[in-house]
Amino acid sequence: MNAAAAPLEPGAPAPDFELRSTPSQMVRLSEFRGRPVILAFYPEDWSPVCSDQMALYQEVMPEFRRYDAELLGISVDGIWSHLAFAKDRNLHFPLLADFEPKGDVARAYHAYRADDGTSERALFVIDAEGIVRWSYLSPVGVNPGADGILHALEDLAMKGVPS
Amino acid sequence: MRATQWESRLTLPVSEDRDHIQGSSDARVTLVEYGDYECPYCGEAYPIVKDVQERMGERLRFVFRNFPITTSHPHAEQAAEAAEGAAAQGRFWEMHDHLYENQQRLSDDDLHSYARVLDLDPDVFGKELAEHVHADRVHEDFLSGVRSGVNGTPTFFINGLRHDDSYESETLLSALQRAAESGEED
Repeated sequence: MNAAAAPLEPGAPAPDFELRSTPSQMVRLSEFRGRPVILAFYPEDWSPVCSDQMALYQEVMPEFRRYDAELLGISVDGIWSHLAFAKDRNLHFPLLADFEPKGDVARAYHAYRADDGTSERALFVIDAEGIVRWSYLSPVGVNPGADGILHALEDLAMKGVPS
Repeated sequence: MRATQWESRLTLPVSEDRDHIQGSSDARVTLVEYGDYECPYCGEAYPIVKDVQERMGERLRFVFRNFPITTSHPHAEQAAEAAEGAAAQGRFWEMHDHLYENQQRLSDDDLHSYARVLDLDPDVFGKELAEHVHADRVHEDFLSGVRSGVNGTPTFFINGLRHDDSYESETLLSALQRAAESGEED
């Protein structure tokens, strides 16, 4: 299938995963059951567009928190790259290393770019029951911003299912 | 694919009462910039905006809103509040220009010295800056930008639609001219 054209769609159960967030800590998606989760796949640490996108999400964090949502960034970079990147850019949310087997989680969300060996720039909002409620695939060079995420969280909060 | 395609539009309409505006409300085209005073790309855009303003003349109205990304730019919030403090004394655009012309020097001491250069009441300016009197306004701008699809700085909106193309002078100018012409057909 052409993963690039179709991220995992709304209504699908979000595939569970366990990935490293620091050299000694693992994060499991199902730990956050009961709260919304924002999964932000991005191609690589350090590239200019990603940096703006992650810095923006850090800045918008208080708004995400108003919906009790947890934000997880994911790329195929290793944990030491993530740590250096987070420190350099002042990011205070987990960056998960989809590193070994490389891109496995991205593939499960239909958000892997096999040609480049990186994930897509793809966003998922997952509800408290672990169901994907909104997904968005951005052109890889375009920072998708945060308005789509906020709209999806708002819809979740208001009626449980986004329009 | 069913994933929502997102169209980015200005969600907080331009208001003559609330916004900092150059140009007439009769202008055919309104250009809104969401900017950060410490952002180097906004610094690059600053003379470009001046250039397109000159070339568009009366057809263009320009609006500036704050979008400080403090994660990357530690002085951006305070600089934005300083510009709003100048606005409270009727000197927004002078401070806006001064900040962009001195982007490397945005410490509190610098901001106070700019207030003196611009002949603002230094006590009022200093008190408002220290007490973050204008923080709510800056945050309101920021949130309106987030909700409108601002994804970094600078982000421009032309007649309410996000300009996703380059903001290089000729590209921006032709987008503005197209908007002016399509307005004539209405």
